[in-house]
Amino acid sequence: MQDFTFHMPAAVADASGLLGSCEDPKLIAGGMTLLPTLKQRLAEPTDLIDLGAIADLKGIRREGEHIVVGAMTCHADVAASELVLSTIPGLAMLAGQIGDPAVRHRGTIGGSCANADPAADYPAGIVGLGATVVTNQREIAGDDFFVGLFETALEPGEIITAMRFPVPKWSHYMKLRHPASGYAVVGVMIVDTGAGVRVAVTGAGPSAFRVTAMEEALSADFSAKAIDAIKVDADGLNADMHASAAYRAHVIGVLAKRAIAARR
Amino acid sequence: MLTDVNMTINGREVSGKVEARTLLVEFIRDHLKLTGTHVGCDTTQCGCCVVHVDGRAVKSCTILALQARGTSVTTIEGLAKPDGSLHPMQEAFREHHGLQCGFCTPGMVMMGIDIARRHPNADEHTVRHELEGNICRCTGYQGIVEAIVDASRTMATAGEKV
Repeated sequence: MQDFTFHMPAAVADASGLLGSCEDPKLIAGGMTLLPTLKQRLAEPTDLIDLGAIADLKGIRREGEHIVVGAMTCHADVAASELVLSTIPGLAMLAGQIGDPAVRHRGTIGGSCANADPAADYPAGIVGLGATVVTNQREIAGDDFFVGLFETALEPGEIITAMRFPVPKWSHYMKLRHPASGYAVVGVMIVDTGAGVRVAVTGAGPSAFRVTAMEEALSADFSAKAIDAIKVDADGLNADMHASAAYRAHVIGVLAKRAIAARR
Repeated sequence: MLTDVNMTINGREVSGKVEARTLLVEFIRDHLKLTGTHVGCDTTQCGCCVVHVDGRAVKSCTILALQARGTSVTTIEGLAKPDGSLHPMQEAFREHHGLQCGFCTPGMVMMGIDIARRHPNADEHTVRHELEGNICRCTGYQGIVEAIVDASRTMATAGEKV
């Protein structure tokens, strides 16, 4: 990889300042995507700003009816968190299926979401749980955060500081995992918020999206049968060497029904 | 431009000057000449380069040396006692013949210890699942899995802390 200048600020404000003053900077969180990207010279930033030394960005806490996960919290910590396991087990389940154990020790929730890989797991959790993305400048609704392929609502200079999840009544994540990469060929998050059901999908489209037809059917009748007749439109879904758009559309329904069957 | 880096490796304070792009594994192998940690794929997949950073298994090909500043790193060289007696995980790999060519072995042993710490008395299913980030092209994993299952019991019994 091309060399760069490395910065390790101790506060978000310092990182933000560096983003403004460096020629072509990039933030680095866990680096599980960015470092391989740099090795391939698909990106050649002049400066890397590591967020790993900012203590405020790490940790999981409860704030009333919400669970707040710091942006630099690694997947392993979310997967093993007693707090997450007892309040949003679907989120712990999701985090525990990302990559492999060593990757989960480095990769972070903020990094994963900022990167917005179409096959990443966390976007389904952010959208499905109706989370709020908290940045150093504002709060962004999870529904509005993932804009397109590797594209988010973040503005230049904006840094994710935390994700705030409302505690649902029930949540579950099912994933068809690519056997080599571990990425989601399709991932489905189903959430019973108490006021209705949310169904979010990752891996299948350019970015995470909700299946409103399933949400309406499940809000009226939470059963696999209720969504049996719902066909997800394959138009606009991802097609690659791993799976066609039609296959992905079909798998969304299969995974949704398996998730529903997991509720006791 | 070279930057100062310092960390603790296998209990020893080390320091050096590195380019910002230097990977932790390059610092370990090329600067410190600790060549027990291997580089297989250099793409975060094979697990040959697994070391412990502050007690957790990470792939040292996908972390910069500068990101590990101030941390405590353990490599395969740091496991055996000064008198040469092996760590229980190393002993189990020997006992169960958990290797053939040996290239993946340092990463397997380091990951095995990480698995055993997180899953005391781990069963075969757990070990196979947890090994998904470590690739061996010789053994078919049978001996490796047996070794980690066995050592996870030994370590749990001994209240192992490395």
